Amino acid sequence: MDIFDFSDGREGYYGEYGGVFLPEILHATIEELLECFRECKADPKFWQDYMALLQSYSGRPTPVTYLENLSRELGGAQIYVKREDLNHTGSHKVNNVMGQGLLTQRLGKTRVIAETGAGQHGFATATMAAKFGFDCKIYMGAVDVARQRPNVFWMENLGAEVIAVEDGQKTLKDAVNECMRDWVTNMADTHYILGTACGPHPFPEMVSWFQSVIGLEAREQIVKQAGRLPDRVYACVGGGSNAMGLFQGFIDEADVELVGCEAGGEGIGSYMHSARLAYDDASVGVAQGYKTYFLQNDEGNMNKTHSVAAGLDYIGVNPIFAHLHDQGKARFEAATDAEVKETLRLTMRTEGLIPALESTHGFVVALKEAATMKKDEIILVNMSGRGDKDIFTIADALDDAKWKSFIGGKADQYRAEKK
Amino acid sequence: MGLQAFIAERKQQKDLLVMAHVVCGYPSFEENMQELEIMAEAGVDIVELQFPFSEPSADGPLFVHANEQSLKAGTTVDQCFELMAEVSARFPFKVLMMGYYNTAFKMGEEVFVERLKAAGGVGFILPDLPIEEAGSLHKLAAEAGIEPIILMTPTSSDKRLAQLGAASRGMVYAVARKGVTGSKTNMGDDVVALIERCRQHTDVPIGVGFGVSSKQDMDFLRGHADMAIVGTAALKIWEQSGSEGLRGFFKELMA
Repeated sequence: MDIFDFSDGREGYYGEYGGVFLPEILHATIEELLECFRECKADPKFWQDYMALLQSYSGRPTPVTYLENLSRELGGAQIYVKREDLNHTGSHKVNNVMGQGLLTQRLGKTRVIAETGAGQHGFATATMAAKFGFDCKIYMGAVDVARQRPNVFWMENLGAEVIAVEDGQKTLKDAVNECMRDWVTNMADTHYILGTACGPHPFPEMVSWFQSVIGLEAREQIVKQAGRLPDRVYACVGGGSNAMGLFQGFIDEADVELVGCEAGGEGIGSYMHSARLAYDDASVGVAQGYKTYFLQNDEGNMNKTHSVAAGLDYIGVNPIFAHLHDQGKARFEAATDAEVKETLRLTMRTEGLIPALESTHGFVVALKEAATMKKDEIILVNMSGRGDKDIFTIADALDDAKWKSFIGGKADQYRAEKK
Repeated sequence: MGLQAFIAERKQQKDLLVMAHVVCGYPSFEENMQELEIMAEAGVDIVELQFPFSEPSADGPLFVHANEQSLKAGTTVDQCFELMAEVSARFPFKVLMMGYYNTAFKMGEEVFVERLKAAGGVGFILPDLPIEEAGSLHKLAAEAGIEPIILMTPTSSDKRLAQLGAASRGMVYAVARKGVTGSKTNMGDDVVALIERCRQHTDVPIGVGFGVSSKQDMDFLRGHADMAIVGTAALKIWEQSGSEGLRGFFKELMA
């Protein structure tokens, strides 16, 4: 199945989802982008350059790790992990960013903008911009700036300007709106490096294409290491780029189940979550340039969303997943904040792995299901990012008393220096 | 009377019409009514009533704030249509719905067109609904005698303007510059060139908006455009100096 073959349907549509819903002023810019992307996709040299860049700069291929201790302890399925946390900048985000960096060069543009939630996409974009010599502005919700200061620190030190967005809910969706506003003004020299497989066509396809490297590698690796394809693959879903990346390696296999893990926040019925497909609270709508399931009210205004993981705290979902969900080709579950904290402790203690809070959502669902599966079954989890750089958020989430006292001490020291 | 005929009739009395803008429920529905009274007194020809949306990505800071505050105060689609019905019955200007496509999509395109017509609206401006996605809505609107206002922009190619022109009815909204609503536009040769390019591709009247804020802008547009579209500038005045300020603003603008 080629989900990106639009010859039977409408360009940029996955079932009834996707499309381009943008102000007329951006029409020419999107056309230009689409044309350039089509050229890149058709040019084997582009993909070779992209692979070479990821290998020399970002450390690809990332390994697949067998979790021997956890597999034994849970007594069910054999658990394997794709290690996107070992990428430069600490997450899968760098794949898409390097690809779009090469594309920005082809477009002849000199400035890039990006939205960021947890800060990992912003961090990756700032890194790429430094390497490629682009001017770079990162939009980040003020709430996220407050909860992800270490990433802001690195972005700024890498030479990017970070704008704290004070509109709306002050999170990822508001950063996306602000990027749109920048782009409608500066499209002549600016490319918008959208960080996930959402937004107007061709972004869902383009981001999926760049991230497909995850699934291509993982498929080969697991067949080599485990001797066969996995029974189920798991990935966390915010916008859905790491999950799309992984799933593309297995989408044509009827015997491999694709499981997307959304942010359940405070749980079903709390209305404080970001589960668009796993829970029943979302409905089809049009916002931020595309049509998909959004967490919105009856009049089409977006609801407040929540997750302990800023990178999953988003109103809409990748339109490809909305379609795969309708078709029954992927299953979506949710992990709550409380489950995420518990599972993070477990993976750290048992396997010495520190997944990002986002990625831990995938582990929650995978480990829960692994325990109920047979020993000869195999599962693969995408560890999309590493958690050690989110030390402030994780220490907060784990309510670590010693950390708090350390920070208190640091604060006292800085205050004394100020005087 | 349809929008285009109305514009033609008004144009017999003056050479440049004015379209003004109100965000429903901001600062409040009472204040909306006071603003609209002043606009009617001043002889404003058309008013866009913006239905607030939570993700107004084509708007600048002032309207973003207005959308947000209005929703925070609990503004509903019902209230917006009630306001529309009241002002269309009471004032001589024509009324358009302005907003984002999700508002229409969620209630259903058919219901949207029915309710718009029932409330006396004559058209709508949905800046995030490109013509490729607008087929069914434009068809429903045509059947109901409601005009979809097409936007033409400085970045539109001739080929694109031809497509937009073919879909245009009632009037065309020419976007004077790149960017979002609310910043200043330097009215100059670029704007004239844009209007001339638009004229080559449509026969309907052309309104120019984005950054129109002063009598100088009006004088500049006269003879080129059919209508000046004033949005942010009026809200800014209202916030700074209330009804006296707004009365003075329109008096000077339309002198």
